[in-house]
Amino acid sequence: MSISRGTKIVVSILAAIVLAFIYVPLGVILINSFSTDRSLSWPPSGFTLQWWGKAIDNEGVRSALVTSIGVAIVASLIALVLGVLLALALGRYRFFGREAISMLVVLPIALPGIVTGIALNNVFTSFLGGLTMVTLVIGHATFCIVVVFNNAIARLRRMGGSVQEASADLGASGLTTFRLVTFPLLRSALVAGAILAFGLSFDEIIVTTFTAGPGITTLPIWIYQNLFRPNQAPIVNVVAAALVIFSILPIYIAQRYSNADETAGGLI
Amino acid sequence: MRIAGLLAAPMAWLVVVYLGALLALFITAFWTVDDFTGQLVRTFTLKNFQEVFSNPAYLTTVLRTLGIALSVTVVCLVLALPLAMFMARIAKPSWRPLMVALVLTPLWASYLVKVYAWRAMLQPESGVIAWFLKPLGLSGPGYGTVGIIITLTYLWLPYMILPIYAGLTRLPNSMLDASADLGASGGRTFRSIVVPMIFPSVVAGSIFTFSLSLGDYITAQIVGGTTTMLGNVVQTTYVTNLPFAAAVATIPVVIVLLYLMAVRRSGALDNL
Repeated sequence: MSISRGTKIVVSILAAIVLAFIYVPLGVILINSFSTDRSLSWPPSGFTLQWWGKAIDNEGVRSALVTSIGVAIVASLIALVLGVLLALALGRYRFFGREAISMLVVLPIALPGIVTGIALNNVFTSFLGGLTMVTLVIGHATFCIVVVFNNAIARLRRMGGSVQEASADLGASGLTTFRLVTFPLLRSALVAGAILAFGLSFDEIIVTTFTAGPGITTLPIWIYQNLFRPNQAPIVNVVAAALVIFSILPIYIAQRYSNADETAGGLI
Repeated sequence: MRIAGLLAAPMAWLVVVYLGALLALFITAFWTVDDFTGQLVRTFTLKNFQEVFSNPAYLTTVLRTLGIALSVTVVCLVLALPLAMFMARIAKPSWRPLMVALVLTPLWASYLVKVYAWRAMLQPESGVIAWFLKPLGLSGPGYGTVGIIITLTYLWLPYMILPIYAGLTRLPNSMLDASADLGASGGRTFRSIVVPMIFPSVVAGSIFTFSLSLGDYITAQIVGGTTTMLGNVVQTTYVTNLPFAAAVATIPVVIVLLYLMAVRRSGALDNL
């Protein structure tokens, strides 16, 4: 290695500063949720657990949480089915338009959220007669397909085709091969993909604002609505802190079910 | 036949729901709204685009948004280099999975919460940055363009770190040794070997940092003060004038597509 000692020290210090830049804001969110202050001010003048209790008892927060979980479950189940079908088709067969399809899957998260948002909003309000819970779920499922697809296709590529061929040589039908060979090998990647899709849906705000029917409040929408109300700051702080904790959990679970590069592949 | 069965449902979804919606929006951009009735006028016109590029207020917003997206990309690059360098070349190889996890984790923390965190950080007078800078006799940037750049940098930084890290781990030691053997200084090796070798990674990262910044509007709403971006124009006009909002929304998409084409032509992504 040709990196001098001096360079190493300087780069290490800079790296530490960048890591601090990444984690200090998350730390501030967690600390603020225990602050006794009623406004968003630093440093906190004291610490208390009372806002956590108040947030848990808050009716708006509770129903928003239930809505978010419900939408995320249904959207990730739809994404799971569509993503797997797509991965099986694109992973197994070579055909005209294959590249175009793999581009199309990524489009909903590659394009700015507001473009996807108003495009869906326009279609839903013109053709489906308005926004409802169903349109919200459709919107979420659309951008969740890609994470399931990426996880499944990465696993299929690593698997190769030989096990399926062996199964077919032994006389198994296509469906039997899928049931006894492909699916068990794919299962953990699918669990990871579904968890990541859940996480993506649970946190989403932009497509949500444009596709949720009136009165439907997910947790991010609840935060957004209460963000600028000064007297709600302590509760918003708690919800934000809880979201940091609960949105980071899924990647640890997902990582246990897949390789690190598959998890990264969910987003990148 | 089998393949048709596999593709039918997902393609129906993506093409009918998504691609159809995008096309409809794109077509709407060439329509107008009747000023009196508020009804859509379905005749082809370039009026909306002319309005964006002839009205100084909108033109400034286009340029400001471009400037913000470029600044975010540059700041991301400057911050990503030392951390990626440390991960790939200085830290023990056994630390690498942990370091990658540390960089990836914030990507999954809620987008809105991260922007909210910066609202707390940037708050004038009583924010974390203001508190930190006060003893030095300085004041923080507060809410505004700088705040937007910092926050967007924070949001998209992992997308720049990870490709550069991957590029640096692929860099063969023998090449660096050869450069040193031939008498190059550390700086010269960095300029002549490392930079050309990781350039494709930087381009890959910049696609994310640049295009994600171009379309953002929530960040500007929460930490931008009175500063607005293209996304804010779309968001405030789409209810009353959908064709105009659609025209504005196509601008970042076209810029991103042009950027992707330029990148592809330069061949930067070929050996990624």
